[in-house]
Order: sequence, then structure tokens, then C-alpha cells
Amino acid sequence: MSFSISRILTPACVLAAAMQVTPAVARDQLQVVGSSTVYPFSAIVAERFGNRGKFKTPVIESTGTGGGMKLFCQGVGANTPDVSNASRAMKSSEWDTCQKNGVKDIIEVAFGNDGIAFANDRKGPRLNLTRKQLWMALAEKGPKPQKWSEIDASLPDAKITVLVPPPTSGTRDAWNSLVMKKGCPDSVKKVDKKACKILREDGAAVEAGENDALIVQKLEADPSAFGIFGFSYLDNNRDRIQAATIEGVEINIDSIQDYSYPISRPLFFYVKKAHIGIVPGLQEFLAEFTAEDAIGDDGYLMDAGLVPLSEVKRVSLQKEAGGLTVMSK
Amino acid sequence: MILFNEKLVRKRNRAERRFRAYGILSLLAAASVLLFLVYTIVSSGYSAFFRTTLLMDVQLNAAHMDITSPYTRDVLMQGRYTSLVKTSLYARFPGVSERRERRALSKLLSPGAELVVRDYVINHPESIGATVALEVPLSSDFDQLYKEHLPRTGEHIRFSEVQLRWFDQLQEEGRLNYRFNTQFLFGGDSRYPELAGIGGAVVGSFYALSVCFLLAFPLGIAAATYLEEFSGNTRLTRIIEANINNLAAVPSVIFGLLGLAIFLNVFGLPRSTPLVGGFVLSLMTLPTIIIATRASIRSVSPGIRQAALGMGASPVQVVFHHVLPAAMPGTLTGTIIGLAQALGETAPLLMIGMVAFIANVPATPLDASAALPVQIFLWAESAERGFVEKTSAAMMVIMAFLILMNILAVIVRSKTQAKVE
Repeated sequence: MSFSISRILTPACVLAAAMQVTPAVARDQLQVVGSSTVYPFSAIVAERFGNRGKFKTPVIESTGTGGGMKLFCQGVGANTPDVSNASRAMKSSEWDTCQKNGVKDIIEVAFGNDGIAFANDRKGPRLNLTRKQLWMALAEKGPKPQKWSEIDASLPDAKITVLVPPPTSGTRDAWNSLVMKKGCPDSVKKVDKKACKILREDGAAVEAGENDALIVQKLEADPSAFGIFGFSYLDNNRDRIQAATIEGVEINIDSIQDYSYPISRPLFFYVKKAHIGIVPGLQEFLAEFTAEDAIGDDGYLMDAGLVPLSEVKRVSLQKEAGGLTVMSK
Repeated sequence: MILFNEKLVRKRNRAERRFRAYGILSLLAAASVLLFLVYTIVSSGYSAFFRTTLLMDVQLNAAHMDITSPYTRDVLMQGRYTSLVKTSLYARFPGVSERRERRALSKLLSPGAELVVRDYVINHPESIGATVALEVPLSSDFDQLYKEHLPRTGEHIRFSEVQLRWFDQLQEEGRLNYRFNTQFLFGGDSRYPELAGIGGAVVGSFYALSVCFLLAFPLGIAAATYLEEFSGNTRLTRIIEANINNLAAVPSVIFGLLGLAIFLNVFGLPRSTPLVGGFVLSLMTLPTIIIATRASIRSVSPGIRQAALGMGASPVQVVFHHVLPAAMPGTLTGTIIGLAQALGETAPLLMIGMVAFIANVPATPLDASAALPVQIFLWAESAERGFVEKTSAAMMVIMAFLILMNILAVIVRSKTQAKVE
């Protein structure tokens, strides 16, 4: 009896012991986490960086901005990520978590812009909407109309169905702050600011996954439905989906860059300064990601749908990143 | 009398025929769904195994590459191949001189073109200064155009008229070739569809499954043997048994959470590695193996046990010399089915960071790596059109592996069965 027990326990003990002696190996490969919107840009930079042959290609994980911040702010050390991508600025609560866990010096880089498109299938009607109308169509605290025409007579007599990104995604965060908050009437804002952002739960706002391709398929199946996309996704699929104009402004590179298109925003990544010099390649990766080659007007990220910063902003950004200037709250 | 009532007989016969027809219909329904699935995947995926290349004359001018002798590997790695490739392309179209037009022209080529030139120069440093004809990949959009996956006309085509003219000119001159895409089978992931490969994911899955097998197989057999042969029927073993059965039904993402909490946070093992992936998958496979092994041990004829005991063998000898070998066919089949299931899992890998962009093909199980189902997930999510065919092709690869594993299960079963008999 005891013999057979030891037969079973021995491999288990050996395994446990083996795992305990395995040290937390110092990494030679960068780890990047965060926003699914920034992921393709980050991955392209990583690939070019890796192709130069000096360092391994960084690992880029698409965890959503919030999820990325959580991992990033866990602490300093080989088993925490070096870079966190974000489609919005770091929240003060996240900053506090970072500070509490010893992630003191953080380099913030706003490397480009993104616009959010409110789009439907090309078979459907092309709309011109305002943020106020979008809020009315989607908000829990709004009038909850069933049809677009109930909001404004000029809008089509069609049922409201909007596929919204999940709460973990940066697109949803940006949508909340750029549309739901801005379009919110004062009467609701006064009572409870947070209530503005709550989406309807009666089927008009359908939560879709992070998978944009799947959303496009759903839009094709239902031409009266709308989806919420990053500009790069829209740009790559203009033969299938069309974007509504917002407050009369078309979504395009220029209107995003000067933020005249109302639903546009800067994109960020955050670098852990404590890891520079420890994890090989981090500073070089930062340099690659802020180089004119990548984020300039002619840079390779433009082909992937990034909307460049204005030149003035770019110059000051490159100076700050080069000098490893850390952010303050 | 009823027996000979013709009406009733006919009614019964009809009922029987109907039942058979239902059976055949349901089989046909299942088969047609399967066929439809396979057809959709294969028809949209087979083209990913090919890619369009451009035969281009490249003048390997050292000054253009910004390199100086001696041409060591390091020097050649740092050369400027982007401009070299562009100059060579512009040389084919001397009429194109305006900056905007040149930019549109350079969109024909993949960023992988410069890597082809670089690798050629590294392997043939003696050819620096000469002009060589190299086959470089076209960019994904033009590759898709060649494959007729993207429209040439319509309101929202992705190409300008002049780009289409250049493309047609190259095609007429016979400069475009349609080649088998080895990079797809052996290369790592890329954000450029024409350069993306499934090789890294295949190796990652192989490592993860190996770790999973090495861990789950011995542990599973040991646990099953003990529970079946030595533990007796106590309250404790009944509780353990119920828990193992429950464990087999736990959603796989839970195992990922467990892996994150234990392997990454407590033991500090590196994130995104097939080693940890294998650990997590082995937790998932363990119950399957234990249940399969116990069932096959139970089905070993008691005669074998009694004969061995009668000959004076100890209980341990009975188990290891007679019962386990006889139970091997069922055990191995269960193991392979469990591994095949593990091969298709994405959810548990999400938590341990294997769902990520990883371009390097892993050299060891301790290197960051993706896995096959993860790769499918990532490509399916990508905006670029070129990834549509890649996604289907990756599904073809994973299906091929699943079929291989199932064939292996059949072979192993018949081989071990023959041995036992």
C-alpha cells in the first residue's frame, strides 16, 4: 500500500521541486500588453524591430487597455510586462495602483491618433448623426426609442440595433468618454455623471466581442444594424461598411488629426523606466516606436491605418521619449 | 389472427422503412454539414499555401546598401535594404518620378522584399556589386488581387488605376509568379499577411502537447491504477472519484486561471511559454486520461488477474506485469483523444499570455510561443483582408493534425491490441 502511494507521489514531488528551483529567469524578450486597438501598430513595430536582428521580436498581447494596465501596474520585475498599450490616457486610479506596487517612473508616449467610426453595411442607409442623437439612441437614461425616426424625423424608420464593443476594450472606453459623456444632457449629468455612460439593456445596444471581423459579418447579415470600429478597421473594409458622418464631419485622416471629427482620440503606450537597461532592447524599442520612420507622415504605421500626430506634437514627443522623460500624475 | 392481418403487417413494414429513412436522412444531414464546413474552409484557405512573387533585377550596390567591406554578417544585417529594393523597383518604371506616384508604386511590394534581398546578400556576400534576379513577395493586397480575392472594379476598390496598370504590365511581362509559400508552413507570425507563417504555432503546439503528455500520461496512469486496484472502496475514494468526474466537465478557461495563479504568480514561470501551456493543458487532460484508464483496467478479464495471483505474483506484479499491459490499448486511445482535445484549446492559454503576437519560432519550450488554435483566433481577428485565407489555411493545418492524431490512435490501438492477444 505505502509502496504504491510513493509511486504516485514521487513524480508529483519531483515536479513541485523542479518548479521551485526554476528561478524567475531574466528575460531577453520584451513583453508588451494592452489595448486591442494599439495591438496591430505595436506588432508591426515589434516585427520591424525584430527583423533588424539585434533583439528578439517582442511579444505583444492584446488584453484590452484596462487589462493591460492591471498587468503593467502589478510591479517591477521579469514577470511583469515592460510596455502597456492604451487607447486612452492612464486613469488616476491606475496611476495610484502603479505607485503602490512600486512602478514609480513611467514614460508616457502618445504616438498617434485614432478615430472611431459608427458604421453600417453598404446596403443600408448612410446617416448623419450628432453625439446627442447617439446618446439618445443608446443610453439607459435616455428616451429609449425603438426606431431611429423617433429621435429625429430625418432619420430612417428602422429599428435601432448597435453592436457595441465589450467594456474591457479601449474602443468602448473612448466611446464612453467621447460620445456617451459629451452627448449626455445636463439634466442627467447633474444627477449622476456616471449614469450617462450606462448603455441600454433592452436589446438596442448589443454587446459584441473584441472581434471586429465578426461584427462586420453581423452587419452584413443585418443592414439596419450599426457597429463601432477603430478608423483603421473601417479603412481596410470600406468596400463592405460605410461610416456615418458625425455632426456633419466625415471621418478621414485630416478630420481626426485636428480632432474636428468629434470621435477621435490619441493613442498611447507606457514604458516602465525601471526596466530600461535591465531587459535588453527596451530603449531601442522605444526609439523605434517614436521614430519618424514609424509614426511620421510617411511612416510605415500610416499604411496600417494610424493617423499621425501633427508635426509639432511629434517633435516634442520624440524629444521627450529620447530623454526618457517620466510622467507625473 | 392479428399476425396475419395484412393491413397491420404493411403498417409495420412501413414504420420500419420510415425509421430507416430517418436514420439515413440524419446521417446525410450530418455528412452534408461536415462537407459544407470542410468545403468552406478548404475553398477559402488553399490559396494561402501559395503566394505571388515578383522577379526583380536588383543591383547589389554597396553604396546603396550603406555597407563597407569587410562584409561580415553583422555589417550585412545593418544594411539599408529598403532603399535598395525601392530603387530596383523604380528602375523598372522609369516614367514614374513624382514622389506620390513612387509611393503608390512601392505599395506593390511587401516589406518582406527587403528581407529576401538581405538574406541573399548574407548568403552570397561575393555577389555584392553584381546585378541579380530575385523573387520577392508582392504586398498582400496585390497578392489578393492576383488570386482574384479583391475586386478590380467597383466603387471602393483598394487600388488606383495606375497601380492596376503597373500590375498588369508586370503580369504581361511574365514577371509575376505564383509560388508555393514555404514561409507560410515554416515561418513565424507576421502582421503582414503575405509574410505570416504557421510554423511558430505548430512548434509551440508541439512543445505544449509534449509537456502535457509527459506530465499527464504517467500521473494519469498512476492515479487510475491506484484508485482502481489498491485503494479499495472507501468514502474517500468515492469522493475523489466524483471529483475527477466533475473535473472533466470544468470549463477549460478555469484551468487557465489556475495556471495563472499557480504557475505564473506562485512559481514565477515565464509568461507566454509552451512549458506553462503544457502544464495547464495537462491539468485539463488528466481527468480524461484517468477516466479512460480506469475504464480499460476495469475491462481487463478477471481471469488474467486470478491466474497471475494463482501463480504467486504479488498484487503489484499482477498490476504492472499483466493488468496495465492488457489495459494499454484503451489507455492510449484515451490519452490521444485527450491530447487532441488539448490541441484545440484556446481559452486556458488566454490567461497565461499565449494569445499574443509572437513572431519568433520558439527554439525551446521556455521561449514565448503561440499555439495553433491561438493563431487562428488572432488571424481571424485581424483587419487585413489577406488574413482571411490564412485563417482558413491554419484551420486546415489544425484539422490535418487532428486527423493524424486520430489515425495514430487507431494504429496504436490495433498494434497494442494484437500484442495483448
